[in-house]
Amino acid sequence: MAYTVPRPKLSLLERTYFPTLIGGLKITLGHFIRFVQGKGKVTMSYPEEKWDASLPEHYRGAPTLVTDEHERERCVACQLCEFICPPRAITIVPEQIPAADKFAKVEKRPKAFEIDMIRCIYCGMCEEVCPEQAIFLRKDYAITGTTRAEMVHDKTRLYELGGIREGLVNKWNPLK
Amino acid sequence: MSTATQPSGPAAPPVDLVNVQVNGQWLKFPKGTRMIEALRQASVEVPHYCYHPKLSSPGNCRMCLVETGMPARPAPGQTEVEKDEHGFAKIMWSPRAAIACANTISEGIGIRTESTLVQECRKGVMEFLLINHPLDCPICDQAGECGLQEFSVEHGRGTSRFEENKVKKPKHKQIGPRITLDDERCIMCSRCIRFTSEIADDPVLGFTERGSYTVLTTHPDKELANNYSLNTVDICPVGALTSSDFRFSMRVWFLKDTKTVCTGCARGCNMEIGSRSNVIHRQTPRENNAVNSAWMCDQGRLDFHFVNSEARLTQPTLRENGIHRAATWQDALAKAATALQAAQPSQIAIIASGRMTNEELFLTKRLADNLGVTHLDIVPRTGEADNYLVHADKNPNTAGARLILGIDPGSQLQTIKDKIERGEITTVIALQENLLKKAGFSETQLGKLQTLIHAHVLANSSAAAASVVFPLATYAEKRGTMINATGRLQRLNNAVEPVGEARSGWEFLRDLTLAVTGQNGLYSIEDVFKTLAAAVPAFTGLNLGKIGDLGLPLLETTETIPVLEREKDRKAKGIIVG
Repeated sequence: MAYTVPRPKLSLLERTYFPTLIGGLKITLGHFIRFVQGKGKVTMSYPEEKWDASLPEHYRGAPTLVTDEHERERCVACQLCEFICPPRAITIVPEQIPAADKFAKVEKRPKAFEIDMIRCIYCGMCEEVCPEQAIFLRKDYAITGTTRAEMVHDKTRLYELGGIREGLVNKWNPLK
Repeated sequence: MSTATQPSGPAAPPVDLVNVQVNGQWLKFPKGTRMIEALRQASVEVPHYCYHPKLSSPGNCRMCLVETGMPARPAPGQTEVEKDEHGFAKIMWSPRAAIACANTISEGIGIRTESTLVQECRKGVMEFLLINHPLDCPICDQAGECGLQEFSVEHGRGTSRFEENKVKKPKHKQIGPRITLDDERCIMCSRCIRFTSEIADDPVLGFTERGSYTVLTTHPDKELANNYSLNTVDICPVGALTSSDFRFSMRVWFLKDTKTVCTGCARGCNMEIGSRSNVIHRQTPRENNAVNSAWMCDQGRLDFHFVNSEARLTQPTLRENGIHRAATWQDALAKAATALQAAQPSQIAIIASGRMTNEELFLTKRLADNLGVTHLDIVPRTGEADNYLVHADKNPNTAGARLILGIDPGSQLQTIKDKIERGEITTVIALQENLLKKAGFSETQLGKLQTLIHAHVLANSSAAAASVVFPLATYAEKRGTMINATGRLQRLNNAVEPVGEARSGWEFLRDLTLAVTGQNGLYSIEDVFKTLAAAVPAFTGLNLGKIGDLGLPLLETTETIPVLEREKDRKAKGIIVG
């Protein structure tokens, strides 16, 4: 059903637009005065200047993969992040860890792990769903590239960005 | 109507019905029904692990405990028992729960599945099952279709009260060429043990070291290697037995299941193809009590790797000066049509295949009729049968070929070979057959031909000898119907898209007929089936939709299916529910 929005009744003065116009010019004048006094700078000269130091703790940047203190890949290719990812940015190919490998007991790892950073919306659901605490959103925000292929982070790149994460996996830690 | 008639024997005796109270409601069930089946018929779900309708019921998982009660009987001196508002005797509820899988119903009993007692029982059983169960769902192939996961959500606790260390047992152990065992995940339901001894007659599995360390293992000198071993993976309610082939290939929730039939032999076992993004990951049996019960052989279910292999033909080729070069479908069809038009009908032979669908065979017949070709045959393919499901006829649609082409498989092959030797046949169309293999043609014979039109799914030696090669779609990439050894008409469905420029056999045959004779009007597989139904009396009145997922009996045969015969017998004896 159509709904009619009641429009405000304007007085004659208001209909000339002059009061509003003057109000706007006052603000502009205020900025101008502060600028002349040298107090008006509110922007940063990016990329020469960066605000990295003041990023909050909960900032959600690029998702990355981490290894534990023994350099074991924490990811076991359970593909839950691939499943939960709203823009379907993640692609995983699982594989069995060969018997000769130091971590053969873990049985499973990703053969390929790709995150398409053009698709990624930095929602952090992959981090939240991960049962092994293998994927973390870091503070990298300037993800650039000159081709689409370059924008796909492969396993090597993801571990490079993620680095080592020490300590127990909190989900399985009763003392958390 | 179909030619098959309903079995005309003496009418089934009237079934005795008994009154049973299910969760407060009085319902009627046939006498002697297992409680769990009665509850299933009443749409009441009873969680269970060890019970399987096709296997005996040892009642060892205790998950299906329900509260039961017997009708009251008059006390000494009493003549009438107390009645409820429906006129049934008052139910005296038992203080202890009973298992629903191994008990049968009787007149006037009551079953409660949601009472406090039952809830407490399920919670307790679940907690014990989870005490030693490892938390490796992230790497477990069963995750997503795991009975333990499902019921622990409904009946389990959020956290474990178990403070000791979990029992350590063998993990990642190959107990056969196709099976991987993880003993820590096993919940001792014994379904696999019962399957191997009752169905597969290969009792190699058993429990040893009974107690806290109970271990499922194979006989020390044997392995689980029979041709039906992968069925244990299907019936395992947890991830203890997993398929080595499917291991870590894809999480099951990503798989798209397509209902189709196996084309490995004339049995036509019903199956599901699990695929994702045009890649087949696994094939599992689909229950059909007129064909394969709930089982399938390992050979059939693992024979899909060629679909995504490098050996596939992906585009039509034309041979010029001994070298094959890629061509468009249009050019290849034109070349084939020119060659066929140039030859006399008596100079052409068509070697069709028992691996083709009814629709493809019908279009082959139509092409042969349009060209006036009489040299038409299929290649018989026989192997060894077993006493379970595998059929000696390795062509999945021999019955269809007999019915539609009206030929006796293999009867004309020798004549065709002789006529090629004598130069009387100069043009051969080979459909889905490698002439140099089972068909038994020699390279010299193929060398004598002016034109060999070869349509197949894989690149092979007779493709190399052909003048025109057409790439066809495999069983998993096309739709159609086939008739199995027992005369049942069943549907094939496409799970994945054809690779490259490959086309379904019926599309190729339609286009070739069009190029040769200019007649058409067929746009879809439904159209082809409609035309087939109009032309072949056995199919009268049918369409693809009517066939349904479980197929239809179309032809009468005297064949029996060994697995089903034994199942009927065990059902009659009351060993299984069936």
